[in-house]
Amino acid sequence: MKAEIYKLGASLDSSNNAQEQEKILALFEKGTNVILDMTDCTYVSSAGLRVMLYSYKVAGSKGLKLYLVGVGDEVRDVMSMTGFEKFFEYFNTVEECQKAIGN
Amino acid sequence: MQRVDLFPTHEYQGLKLRSGRPYPFGATVIGNAVNFSIYSRYATDCTLVLFHNHEEEPFIEIPFFKEFKLGNVFSMMVFDLDYENIEYGFRMDGPFNPQEGHRFDKTKILMDPYAKLIVGRDVWGQQPNWDSKYQYRARVVFDDFDWENDLPLETPVNDLVIYEMHVRNFTCGAGAGVKHPGTFAGIAEKIPYLLELGVNCVELMPIHEFDEFENSRPSPVDGHMLYNLWGYSNVGFFAPKAAYASTGRFSMQVDELKNLIKQLHANGIEVILDVVFNHTAEGNENGPYISYRGIDNKTYYMLTHDGYYFNFSGCGNTLNCNNPNVRDMIVESLRYWVTDYHVDGFRFDLAAILGRDQNGYPMANPPLLESLAHDPILGKTKLIAEAWDAGGLYQVGSFPSWGRWAEWNGKFRDSIRRFIKSDEHVLADVKERIIGSPDLYASQNRGIKASVNFITAHDGFTMMDLVSYDGKHNEANGEGNRDGEDNNNSWNCGWEGECEDVGINFLRHKQIKNAISLLMVSQGIPMVLSGDEMGNTQFGNNNAYCQDNEIAWLDWNNLEKNADLFNYFKKIIRFRRQHKVLRYEYHLGHNDYRNLGYPDFSWHGVKAWQPWSGYNDLTLAFMLNGQYADTDGVPDDFIYVAMNMHWDMHGFELPQLPEGMAWHVFANTEMAAPDDICEPGEEPVVENQGEVLVGGRSIMILVGKKAVK
Repeated sequence: MKAEIYKLGASLDSSNNAQEQEKILALFEKGTNVILDMTDCTYVSSAGLRVMLYSYKVAGSKGLKLYLVGVGDEVRDVMSMTGFEKFFEYFNTVEECQKAIGN
Repeated sequence: MQRVDLFPTHEYQGLKLRSGRPYPFGATVIGNAVNFSIYSRYATDCTLVLFHNHEEEPFIEIPFFKEFKLGNVFSMMVFDLDYENIEYGFRMDGPFNPQEGHRFDKTKILMDPYAKLIVGRDVWGQQPNWDSKYQYRARVVFDDFDWENDLPLETPVNDLVIYEMHVRNFTCGAGAGVKHPGTFAGIAEKIPYLLELGVNCVELMPIHEFDEFENSRPSPVDGHMLYNLWGYSNVGFFAPKAAYASTGRFSMQVDELKNLIKQLHANGIEVILDVVFNHTAEGNENGPYISYRGIDNKTYYMLTHDGYYFNFSGCGNTLNCNNPNVRDMIVESLRYWVTDYHVDGFRFDLAAILGRDQNGYPMANPPLLESLAHDPILGKTKLIAEAWDAGGLYQVGSFPSWGRWAEWNGKFRDSIRRFIKSDEHVLADVKERIIGSPDLYASQNRGIKASVNFITAHDGFTMMDLVSYDGKHNEANGEGNRDGEDNNNSWNCGWEGECEDVGINFLRHKQIKNAISLLMVSQGIPMVLSGDEMGNTQFGNNNAYCQDNEIAWLDWNNLEKNADLFNYFKKIIRFRRQHKVLRYEYHLGHNDYRNLGYPDFSWHGVKAWQPWSGYNDLTLAFMLNGQYADTDGVPDDFIYVAMNMHWDMHGFELPQLPEGMAWHVFANTEMAAPDDICEPGEEPVVENQGEVLVGGRSIMILVGKKAVK
């Protein structure tokens, strides 16, 4: 199945969580898997973590997938400590992800 | 369906408002509004103060309009707040009249007593801005966490092996080898270690928000900074300590702690919180305004008739626990930690205070303790009392329990310590302790499960120091060695402090093995002090509450240095967990009430069946009949323990086992490692089935089971 790429900016926090959430959910509404490109994203707040997990749950409820790409070490570490890490599949680059999922 | 009551009705300086919901207290997200609600019996006016994160000046102060007050509760909804980026506080107006108990001061910005996320001390030891007029700042919490299928474990209390530990001390020291030392995440990294040790419950010393800078000062001895390391001084009762989270700098401590608890549960390890409801960090009349004293001094504190603070806690003030509203706050707090954090139990610091009335007098049936014993949410939560206070109330054995409360059994600690150091006047008491202290807990249907047995705890010597020091050495605390317990029942084995003498060190290790053996084969819930399993020393300091350094931190290099101790602890803990006969819930019959040929429990001496036979009241043995502790019809083994606290070796005549069974030796503290203890279940048979020789100051543990031909 085709996966759409969605690229995040430098941060995912309360300044943009609502808008980003809406855009990601719109992709799932279209019935497509999503590759969330976080290569440029160096800060994810509590609200941001919830955008990611909520998106994952919505995807799951529709039989769709959310893939994370380019998650930096610090963000990944925070996700690990707060229990958000385990839900996701991680790839270093968009290309690597696309290859792995046969996109 | 959309609710019709989520539309603003008021506007103030551009913010949209509506009369709030009085309940629940605190800050609650409802739709696109945050509901702020706060109780004060005596305040006349209240103002909500909102800051953007980390900013010194508030961006708005919103008065609670007259129509926003119901009874004694101020509540309002504020719409469209970017609440991840908001810190909130209150100003309270009312009388300032200390003699009448009132200390209102509307120049102060006060923290919400129900704050679930508190910022301001986010990174341990990082100097705060002391000029800030709002130090401990409440924030709105994200309370959604994906627990998946986790719940409190509800392990039967008699099956617990508790490990009392401190978040920083556990992983700050040398050789801890974790990525996030001194944090919740650091503990999570050490779960494999906890599993190897074999404990199934961790008791965390206070993790509610406190201020490590409270009373911090340079040590007069060598100038190093002394901090409030232990944290027995609450800023808030609903918020975890930010600086105990590696993610505290991002205010994610709530998720980090929840994730730790979820992971511990996944590994079968329960979590008990040490909670301090006896006082707050506001101190006495000279202390700071943090929250309670400015919100409703007369409600929150026990006051003398002329308005000074009662000091039953030894910390300047006493929380007014049996005021109905404070009582509600405590119950709410405990329910919150159970429902939102899946905490398995609580240990109540200086719990005797919780049974004092508003004038400080002990009550026969304290309403708070009764509420907790019967609370529906806390129905399976472990409730453990430290059954004394600093005002002289000592209730070990008499703490009001309704069959629900367990106690830290301080008498177990004292008697076993004296026995181990060959005190000749304690045998009768030791016998009570070994069988679950029926003298204390047989009444009111409390049972063995009411007795939390321990030999060492955070207060007092570590196990290694108990056998290395005759007296305390607290000079580094800067109080002229006057602080800390004087009556330690310790013995240094012949030299004060660390030494190179092989004989003394062997004896010390043996004494530690004797102690942990008695703890693990006694009836009752054993509690181990973190670090004892690796021979951790505090260099004779028996009150390391302020030593955020090598004195209090575990030195993990000791694991290798004292490998024999760790090995012994692991195996004796496993032995206890494998033998149901060591873990009765209710007291024993001391007779053969099921007609199985042997009583469930019997005392012995150097001669079988004759407990009075012995030397200087320092020899004793007992036997447990495993037939009385069967699992699905499969009986447990017989267990026989010979204790020789006399300094000479003595022969102990063994009771004869049923036909076809033989005595096997599990542990013998007289032997050097690795012959001191074996893998549970792999015990070699005893050569002479009629008698064993037990070395001076030694313990032997035998298992009676089918003889292998």
